[in-house]
Amino acid sequence: MKEAKGSLLYLDGVSVAFDGFKAINNLSMVLKPGEMRAIIGPNGAGKTTMMDIITGKTRPDSGYVIFDGEIDLTQHDETDIAAMGVGRKFQKPTVFESHTVWDNLELALNRKRGVFSTLFYKTTGKDREQIDEILETIRLIARRDELAANLSHGQKQWLEIGMLLAQEPKLMLVDEPVAGMTDSETDETAKLLREIAKTRSVVVVEHDMGFVRNLDVKVTVLAEGSVLAEGSLDHVSANEKVIENYLGR
Amino acid sequence: MITPFIIKALDKKASWVVAILVAIAIFVPIANLALPRDSFFHIPNYAISLMGKYTCYALLALALDLVWGYCGILSLGHGAFFALGGYAMGMYLMRQIGTRGVYGDPVLPDFMVFLNWKELPWFWHGFDMFWFAAIMILFVPGLLAFVFGWFAFRSRVTGVYLSIITQAMTYALLLAFFRNEMGFGGNNGLTDFKDILGFDIQADTTRAALFAASCIALAISFLICSGIVRSKFGKVLVAVRDAESRSRFFGYRVENVKLFVFVVSAMMAGVAGALYVPQVGIINPGEFAPANSIEVVVWTAVGGRGTLVGPIIGAVLVNVGKTFFTAAFPEFWLFALGALFVGVTLFLPKGIVGSVSGLYGRATKPRDEHPNLHSAAKEAAAE
Repeated sequence: MKEAKGSLLYLDGVSVAFDGFKAINNLSMVLKPGEMRAIIGPNGAGKTTMMDIITGKTRPDSGYVIFDGEIDLTQHDETDIAAMGVGRKFQKPTVFESHTVWDNLELALNRKRGVFSTLFYKTTGKDREQIDEILETIRLIARRDELAANLSHGQKQWLEIGMLLAQEPKLMLVDEPVAGMTDSETDETAKLLREIAKTRSVVVVEHDMGFVRNLDVKVTVLAEGSVLAEGSLDHVSANEKVIENYLGR
Repeated sequence: MITPFIIKALDKKASWVVAILVAIAIFVPIANLALPRDSFFHIPNYAISLMGKYTCYALLALALDLVWGYCGILSLGHGAFFALGGYAMGMYLMRQIGTRGVYGDPVLPDFMVFLNWKELPWFWHGFDMFWFAAIMILFVPGLLAFVFGWFAFRSRVTGVYLSIITQAMTYALLLAFFRNEMGFGGNNGLTDFKDILGFDIQADTTRAALFAASCIALAISFLICSGIVRSKFGKVLVAVRDAESRSRFFGYRVENVKLFVFVVSAMMAGVAGALYVPQVGIINPGEFAPANSIEVVVWTAVGGRGTLVGPIIGAVLVNVGKTFFTAAFPEFWLFALGALFVGVTLFLPKGIVGSVSGLYGRATKPRDEHPNLHSAAKEAAAE
């Protein structure tokens, strides 16, 4: 795939159908290294399915998904793709509830993940430093030894973002990061994501328009499994098809 | 590499458990052999063989807990690994009989002479040597677990479906071992053992030594389990138990994690079976019965899964209860067992150890409930 050269993520003509229903229909999208992209679209537009395809959970019926200009992600499973440097935050915050905040981050750290390397693993000073740094960023220092199950919803969202940071991915896929957050938490999250996007590519799926405006990045509008419009938020909000499909409901 | 593993394994609580097990391994045989019969502290022979049995059961429950309590794999077929280890030991013991059998054949065990077999089947070769049998005790259950786990975990079979196929596995082995043509003594199994490593298997000293060996095996396995669950790998195990697909997205090979722990657990179950057989004097296909495997789940649940001490306590308590009940009210035992399991599931979901340590606040915070495990366990009870 020559066209994929120089891009971090390259989707071309991706389609997938579930029982005849086309969840993704000829979807194409290019993401440059270091770019942050917001994806919006009505319910059922295929946003989460797109993430499933990128992370290897769902295999597309056709089309190319090229990572880092050369790797065909459709040939790999979740574990491989995660190891290549694709991190994902789920819509519903998913952390390891019976582990402490600290252990959650330790598990996410970008270290060898084999059976024997974890069995004989010894936590190093560097690990502690890195975890403390992340705890600082996600403001959970005070709760480091608490079980993740006892965190509030917003804190779980942040912990999961922290775990993604620990994973040190090249590409972060973030599904509805501010769902269930207060306004001030939402602002903080936008700040945090902009900070993160300085060092890696981020794809954010979000419903909250204020939040997307706050991110101030290129927006892709999905509808019925394909791209409806692309550009700045103002540009796409002016698009008639978008208004009809989504904004003007 | 190994040292940090051992240091982690021997935290304060684990050291206590190991110390107690070693003390039991030393003092119980002394109380049995050296103290005069009328002494208050004398332990009679029948008690030694009962305690030996309980210790093997405890080891089996510990093995199950490693996969169920920590990795969420509810195996309803762990009795199969126990029985395979037992058969490997039984084959060694059969070969030790030599000419003392009823038919006096120097090589062939009695049942083969009876079936008119002329020579030893290939898979019986080598079992006259203890070291070979010892390797097989680990290897055969480990291999079965590896092959089974390879296919099951790779195909992402989980939850109740996995439990059902483990159950099917042990049932299939039950049927296979019942057949005379299999070459394992069919219905009657292997019995009438004479000696082990040159010692008379009926002698009081041998029985006491076997009991001590069981305690030591339990202590070593406890150490291994403790090392596993306290390592980073142990954290991965719990992560897989609680959020399997999430751990995949963090780059963990869930199938390898499960496979490793399943094989280790099967080997421990094999050792338990191998120590059990010389103490009870017989191994037959009945040990493969699905009900046996389900009982192990009950012991583990009663004691407290997801704790390492729990299954040991559960196995001993339930079996003491069983010994008492089956003597006092034989017809009520199964009802008592069923009631116990339902009671524990409803009122002590974390088992005895989990609930007690929760009361004293020694556990950091109550662990999250795992509805899937519960429903699977209930189904096991309904079986």
